[in-house]
Amino acid sequence: MLSRLSTWLHVRPRIALALLLAPPLAWMGVVYLGSLVSLVVQSFFHLDDFSGLVVRRFTLATYRDLFTRAHTDIVLRTVSMAAAVTVADAVLALPLGYYLARYAGPRMRAALTLAVLMPLWSSYLVRVYFWKLILAREGVVSWALARAGLTPLLDGLLSLPVVGGPSLSVSALGTFVAFVYVWLPYMVLPVAAALERVPRSCLQASADLGARPSQTFRYVTLPLALPGLAAGAIFTFSLTLGDFVVPGALGNSSLFIGQAVLAYQGTAGNVPLAAAFTVVPMALMAAYLLVARRLGAFEAL
Amino acid sequence: MTDRAPLALRMAVAGVVAFLHAPFLIILLYCFTTEDASFSFPPPGLTLDWFPVAWARDDVWRALGLSLRVAAAATGVAVVLGTLAAAAVHRSRFFGREGVSLLLILPIALPGIVTGIALRSALSLMEIPFSFWTIVVGHATFCMVVVYNNVLARYRRTSRSLVEASMDLGATGAQTFRYVVLPSLASALLAGGMLAFALSFDEIIVTTFTAGQQQTLPIWIFSQLTRPRQRPVTNVVAVFVVLATALPILLAHRLTRDDSAS
Repeated sequence: MLSRLSTWLHVRPRIALALLLAPPLAWMGVVYLGSLVSLVVQSFFHLDDFSGLVVRRFTLATYRDLFTRAHTDIVLRTVSMAAAVTVADAVLALPLGYYLARYAGPRMRAALTLAVLMPLWSSYLVRVYFWKLILAREGVVSWALARAGLTPLLDGLLSLPVVGGPSLSVSALGTFVAFVYVWLPYMVLPVAAALERVPRSCLQASADLGARPSQTFRYVTLPLALPGLAAGAIFTFSLTLGDFVVPGALGNSSLFIGQAVLAYQGTAGNVPLAAAFTVVPMALMAAYLLVARRLGAFEAL
Repeated sequence: MTDRAPLALRMAVAGVVAFLHAPFLIILLYCFTTEDASFSFPPPGLTLDWFPVAWARDDVWRALGLSLRVAAAATGVAVVLGTLAAAAVHRSRFFGREGVSLLLILPIALPGIVTGIALRSALSLMEIPFSFWTIVVGHATFCMVVVYNNVLARYRRTSRSLVEASMDLGATGAQTFRYVVLPSLASALLAGGMLAFALSFDEIIVTTFTAGQQQTLPIWIFSQLTRPRQRPVTNVVAVFVVLATALPILLAHRLTRDDSAS
């Protein structure tokens, strides 16, 4: 019976294909796309202020609410953080990617790749927790700075407006460090992949033609790393935009998009406003993906 | 390979690698601290007491149990659906083939919060209550792509003529699948499954929106982050989670080393 069926299917590839595709497509179509549609639909409903219930009627009231000052501040804060984190990760990823592509022998390369891959897959939440512990007022960073006599420097940093706070573990600075840390592997891998495709002879040619190493880096390596950087930025940017764990653990009372979404859908019961908030990162990512494609980011993934 | 990297570059590389891994050593030290109300460094004293204390905590066990069951169920769904999708995309060219890859990658390409709130809003629109299965559905959705990628990479490396040879020699489609296709996919399935398991085990963003009052292990850790109680217990659990996820990741990396090389 089974073998008859399999032979029957073998000569009818169209039907076999349909049978293969139907379950995953149905799942993704119903569960995922269906949910995305319901998200967009919800953002056009609004919460009745008096009854506290969601009114299921088309309205733009929720979007009007989104464009009030308090909410645009949240969006601006999140986007600037995402941009800063992306730049910092790019700066850290470049030397590692360059070393992997240009100097590392096969064993060294395997070891370094694993060193980058391990944190990528291992617990993201625990890695955020690391920084709560390290950056605490009584923690190892404060201790090391005190031993080095740099406590005034730390106090100076923390007294800055916007980025400062009572301690590193409750400040925008701490949030920034933790973000840079958790997303770094997502930047290193595409940058290394992009640079690996650059033939070593290309760099040697540059040197032979009299370029100083810094010039080779500036005019040969960096432009060739650009697709990798753009690909890595997809992740660092997207992940920062939608995160509520890092600012929740290390931030102060100024909210990020993720926290606002969490707060509005939770106790406030305002799913429409939460939905409208997530339309912002979706739109931003769509715009960025269009730019990234022009930079060749998809080939570097 | 013949020339050595400049000292500054080697130091930068060492610095970045240290930045990635040194924090683990610090948390390891904190598992043994006698101080339970703050993170004071250096620890005032060292003790082994926190391991039995963590072992005796019911809430940790309940959260761990839920996480393991969710990860197992989500991995099961993801392996079946991801493999089917990979088989379809590999064996034929059809209209919208690129679209399948895009659709599968979307849940991890878009911010996690989008997937989370989308599922949350669908649940609220259809008035479905939170349950074990609402968590599983969310997890399976973003785990599928890991299995899909691993299996597709393996398919691309396996020669098609093997399947044709098997059929020419008189095997039925089912026999060919059982004795030729499945063995060649086995380690890719295992690797994809383990990565999906690790991904699910560790997920918090989507889970927050689909779990209601239930606590998976990541949600438990997050609650300790914001409202700490017996901090060293959290440290012990954190170290356990890192070590427990490291093993499947290392194994998955070994199993698929050749796929990425080709």
